[in-house]
Amino acid sequence: MLPRSQLALLGALAGIALVSFFSGSYDPYFLDVAVSCGINITLAVSLNLINGYTGQFSLGHAGFMGVGAYVAAMLTTAASATLLPLLGGQQWLLFAVALLAGGLGAALAGFIVGVPSLRLKGDYLAIVTLGFGEIIRVVLQNIDAVGGPRGLIGIPAYANLLWAFGLAAIAVYVVWTMVNSTYGRGFIAVADDEIAAEAMGINTTRYKITAFLVGAFFAGLAGGVYAHFKQYIAPQGFGFDRSIEIVVMVILGGMGNTTGVIAAAILLTVLGEWLRQFGDFRMILYSLLIIVLMILRPQGLFTWSLPRRKAS
Amino acid sequence: MTELLQQLINGLALGAIYALIALGYTMVYGVLRFINFAHSDIFMVGAFSGYYLARAVPQASVMAGVFVLLGSMAICALLGVIIEKLAYRPLRGRSTLTALITAIGVSLLLQNLGQRIFGANPKSFPTLFPQHYFQFDSGLVIASNQILVFVVTLVLLFALRHIVLNTRIGTAMRALSFNPTAASLVGVNNDRVISFTFALGSALAAAGGILYASNYPSIDPLMGTLPGLKAFVAAVLGGIGNIAGAAVGGLVLGLVETTVVALGGSTYRDAVAFAVLILILLLRPNGLLGKRQAEKV
Amino acid sequence: MVTAAAQGKLMAALLELSDCTLRFGGLTAVGNLTASVGERSLMALIGPNGAGKTSVFNLITGVYRPTAGDIRFCGQSLVGLKPFQITKLGIARTFQNIRLFPSMSVFDNVRVAFHLHLKHHSLSSLTRLPSFHAEEQAIATRTTELLEIFDLARVRDEPARSLPYGNQRRLEIVRALATQPKLLLLDEPAAGMNPTEKIELTRLIRAVQERFAISILLVEHDMQVVMNICERIVVIDHGVKIAEGTPAEVRANPKVIEAYLGEEVPVAAVTG
Repeated sequence: MLPRSQLALLGALAGIALVSFFSGSYDPYFLDVAVSCGINITLAVSLNLINGYTGQFSLGHAGFMGVGAYVAAMLTTAASATLLPLLGGQQWLLFAVALLAGGLGAALAGFIVGVPSLRLKGDYLAIVTLGFGEIIRVVLQNIDAVGGPRGLIGIPAYANLLWAFGLAAIAVYVVWTMVNSTYGRGFIAVADDEIAAEAMGINTTRYKITAFLVGAFFAGLAGGVYAHFKQYIAPQGFGFDRSIEIVVMVILGGMGNTTGVIAAAILLTVLGEWLRQFGDFRMILYSLLIIVLMILRPQGLFTWSLPRRKAS
Repeated sequence: MTELLQQLINGLALGAIYALIALGYTMVYGVLRFINFAHSDIFMVGAFSGYYLARAVPQASVMAGVFVLLGSMAICALLGVIIEKLAYRPLRGRSTLTALITAIGVSLLLQNLGQRIFGANPKSFPTLFPQHYFQFDSGLVIASNQILVFVVTLVLLFALRHIVLNTRIGTAMRALSFNPTAASLVGVNNDRVISFTFALGSALAAAGGILYASNYPSIDPLMGTLPGLKAFVAAVLGGIGNIAGAAVGGLVLGLVETTVVALGGSTYRDAVAFAVLILILLLRPNGLLGKRQAEKV
Repeated sequence: MVTAAAQGKLMAALLELSDCTLRFGGLTAVGNLTASVGERSLMALIGPNGAGKTSVFNLITGVYRPTAGDIRFCGQSLVGLKPFQITKLGIARTFQNIRLFPSMSVFDNVRVAFHLHLKHHSLSSLTRLPSFHAEEQAIATRTTELLEIFDLARVRDEPARSLPYGNQRRLEIVRALATQPKLLLLDEPAAGMNPTEKIELTRLIRAVQERFAISILLVEHDMQVVMNICERIVVIDHGVKIAEGTPAEVRANPKVIEAYLGEEVPVAAVTG
């Protein structure tokens, strides 16, 4: 008999598969929003591991998403001629391979960002991760081979509801099971008090790097799905604005509260769509929302206790 | 040789502007241990204030220029105080992440309000001060606007130094930056001093905005992002919380950036700041003039 | 008859500091400190305020690296090791200003300290094989046992920060014990306690030392606590050792009395 968490995962995947089977009969706009929700859930849950559970302020998550998007897109466009035949002509297999490659590329980026950031705390860490995110964007903008500032077009539409939510389900499973174990409590210990954590035998360095690696990996996968959903990507879409969107989801959901973050991701995706009708006012309202949220309810909508303060 | 001198002048002029903005970051960090993300957008508001104020005065006259400069400094000082009171004061004592996110929210709000109110398209900044170009036989060219930058920056720096070292409120600022609890215990009105710090920092950012717009006369609501970020790097470079450091950091960054561009790397000019930031935080996180602080265990 | 000093040498030295020095620029926080802690012993490190006691702890646990000298634990040098590695070798500590994991429950605070001896990988939490569950169950059982011993089981699900001060101190000791140390360092465990609580604490420390068969090194200001439970005492002042011996020997040592002059003279210690 499988453990409960794995049963839950299989159940979720089955349910998603069932719902996706009837995608043809759903309103295409609804489908669009739903796929965006799935992608954002993955992004938020993966960032939650880094920010929420391990307490590392990372403001450059969109950079990892961008790396994943570009790597995956390049494999399904420029490299597809060589790869597809190797995979027996199966497009879904090509997509899976491309996604995985994107995830690994993003994980590598996560490692590169994580290592120098180890010694930094709080605001400084936030700014450095922000800087790295921008560097990734600038680098992408300067590589003509992937389209430079004009972006990459003509990406095949491999992504659908199944991929988006299937990925989200897996991301939730991974983060949740990792953190809810004796080993996983170590992440929270690192967030609460690094010095005490070290004194209790916790290798804080390894935990932080692990959080960055896993978080970046899933952000990369989400990026790959995104690329094959929008069919067009550009470096500007993976910059600071996008990183902040994801951060707000994590904060709204309550840092270190997986169910809250899922709810927040869905809520903000839908809200974002609804606000589109207000044109210019959308961003004004959005920024007011951030300010009000932080003043009135910094612990998020779905958590009851105040956000932790780092031991000084 | 001339080329070198030219780049030196250009770099210092740019650096002086960074220094003015950096001072705002560093002073607020000094008293609140908080990075005011929205500072770069106050810089933008300063430039736009200048744009609109300039309509009331004749162009290219010293009197007009001074009026616009002081006017926009006043407007931004007020704006800074209002932002602090409404958005930051309720958060005092809460976690740094909360404050940081709020500041980001304020920044986004200012940018988007700016786009709504001023329009997203770039505007041409008017000529405030009379413009001359001083040409030397060697080929060296110095713009009067660059001299303006040096003069205004020096004046403001000395004024700031006087305030911080020789006035009561300046002493209160320094006390607060060392120990807020002790400061309030000896009778410092923390709220008022913090408001004053924001006013001062915002005024300096406005001055930076006017000077920047005078030298690069295209302004738009998003103009604050890059210079603001670079000024922040300058503040960190000099040692955040350290006023002299902000000035030094600004000048150094201006010189480094100009050098990189002169050496042909203009596409990466903006990345220079990030690279400097990452290097500094890795190698010497307390900045050039900052002191090492060990954590008490 | 074997004197206490000779007895100290007969027992195997668990922890040995040899000529240990810690300098911060011009300031010598710890100077040429030579001392040792035997197995299953209860020792105290005392001295006036600012004497460098917590610095010694920080040296032992790897927070600071000695500028000179050596520290050996079970024969192995600790110099250059990171704190978590030193904990793995068998040294645990509590902190002067309590450092619990505030957002975690009482139960989790202790549970996470068992992480040290986990046989499982990070990946095991993903695959969740039966062996993973068995180990998690074993850890849960042992955590509950520990909490019950220290009368904290009733509050096991409360967040650690909500506990009253005395309970928080106790929890910190329990958490340190969960790492299964051979040597436990307690940094001013009696700080902020009233007399009743201090008596309770003395009992607790003695019980811990016996039940878990470990060595305890105490930094403490309160002489009552120190004299009542410790077999040996090391006295330092301005980072340098000025006396060492049994409570009786230290009490009578004129250098010790002089060091404390100008501070609160330990009347209880002098009059016994």
